[in-house]
Amino acid sequence: MVENNVFDISALNVWYGEKQVLKDINIEIKANCVTALIGPSGCGKSTFLRCLNRMNDFIPEFHLEGKIINNGTDLYAQKIDPIEIRRDIGMVFQKPNPFPKSVYKNITFGLNIFGVKDTEKLDKIVEDSLRKAALWDEVKDDLNRSALSFSGGQQQRLCIARAIAVNPKVILFDEPCSALDPIATGKIEDLITELKKDYTVVIVTHNMQQAARISDFTGFFMLGELAEFDKTKKIFTDPSNKVTEDYITGRFG
Amino acid sequence: MNTEETFDVKPIGRLFAVLSYFTKINLAGLMKNFSRKKAYDKGIKGILFLCASLSILTTIGIISVLIFETVEFFKEVHILDFLFDSQWTPLFYEKHFGIMSLLCGTILVTLIAMLVAIPLGILSAVYLNEYAGERFRSIAKPVLEILAGIPTVVYGYFALFFVTPLLQKVVPGLSGFNALSPGIVMGIMILPMISSLSEDAMRAVPKSLREGAYAMGATKMQVAFRVVIPAATSGIVSSFILGMSRAIGETMIVTIASGQMPRLTFDPRVPIETITAYIVQVSLGDTPVGTIEYNTIFAAGMTLFIFTFTLSIFSHWLKKRFREEYS
Repeated sequence: MVENNVFDISALNVWYGEKQVLKDINIEIKANCVTALIGPSGCGKSTFLRCLNRMNDFIPEFHLEGKIINNGTDLYAQKIDPIEIRRDIGMVFQKPNPFPKSVYKNITFGLNIFGVKDTEKLDKIVEDSLRKAALWDEVKDDLNRSALSFSGGQQQRLCIARAIAVNPKVILFDEPCSALDPIATGKIEDLITELKKDYTVVIVTHNMQQAARISDFTGFFMLGELAEFDKTKKIFTDPSNKVTEDYITGRFG
Repeated sequence: MNTEETFDVKPIGRLFAVLSYFTKINLAGLMKNFSRKKAYDKGIKGILFLCASLSILTTIGIISVLIFETVEFFKEVHILDFLFDSQWTPLFYEKHFGIMSLLCGTILVTLIAMLVAIPLGILSAVYLNEYAGERFRSIAKPVLEILAGIPTVVYGYFALFFVTPLLQKVVPGLSGFNALSPGIVMGIMILPMISSLSEDAMRAVPKSLREGAYAMGATKMQVAFRVVIPAATSGIVSSFILGMSRAIGETMIVTIASGQMPRLTFDPRVPIETITAYIVQVSLGDTPVGTIEYNTIFAAGMTLFIFTFTLSIFSHWLKKRFREEYS
């Protein structure tokens, strides 16, 4: 495993208006690994995730200090176009959000907006992405059916396929299984483990077992601070911080 | 012994109990059925039903008058003449009853109005919804809706005395009364309706869809035109249809600014007459009741009714079709 850093984050502070939601976060996220972010609700883990692809830009009160270096580029430098950033850093959301279009059009959406028109190429990418998302066998005969006619778990895998289709380097998952049943959750977890061969994965989750099962590194957020960040095994067996231990053993949160 | 219990028994209840005992009839149960609350409920229900049936009865009344007078009309004029004659001159000595020249005027003005209102309506809805800040939106939307509150007669004079002279400087051969100017002004009149309803439809598109597109590197414009508008199609299309029905039925602007010359033409520069303007013309004049001239307005009204009715059925069909495709 090549262990270079995809993200180098230093002295990251974030405010929504007057309220500081992230305090002095320093973290390194390694390539081709699954990094899980856990912590109680409102601890800032989703905010942190959304800093990584500048999805927080849409919040008018949002204000950030510090540096997020992605493969040598400072994401919040003046000359950076957030749209370019998001092409490299894909995202899968809490609730499956396929477009109300056909499966095929969902996958090709990203390519269409970049101006890819070659049908043969599009067909190939659709198949590849759906295969990578372990969805191909279920939908290959229904590519023209509306994405909304599939189950929640299938929709979520479709969203993953849609993110893969534009060939990002990183995929961010924001509680991707919280709206799914255990079987669908299992499939998504298998998929995420599979995805780290090709992509760097950062996942926010409320489910500690999930973090333990699929991640290589775990960050524990507490009241806007990164209370602990280490190898997942270490966090779950021998946490160095008392708060982390209390949280993962279920004493609060 | 519990004294409180004895106080709790109401005298009337006791009376009923005694009466029931002697007559062997369950009086208390009967009283329950005729209780005040029940009667009140029934009364309200009756009043509401009356209100609802009143509007339905009115509709039935209007339609039956339309049909009755239209039948009278067609006793004297052959339907083929009505449909295929190219002239409409019921008020002249030599009478022709070709509705097409009136219909043509209506369609022409409506078309011009839609050409103005649809692009402007959609673009302003996109701007308000995707680009404008919350503060601007909260001011701009009500202002836009004020446009809908301007009396149409004001729009009519605006078309005749402001827009037409202005257009005459640009469009060669534009006569003082024409289809172009009232068409444009009518477009401005229905613009707020289209933009406001479209904006509502776009606003209803879930935020998660926008986020999904942004997360793939879509620009604001791509999100607006490729995600939001397609997802809001059913609402947007019904706003078009509503605007169109309004344009077809609009009377004052065309009566004032388009002239009163029924003519089978699609030239927007010359005077024309729409169905609605014709009805006004006859209603205002001294046409005696029961004559063929008088009956023409019912035939014209019937045509108008069939037109808008078809349109609303079409809009229902469209809505259903798009809903199937998009959700």
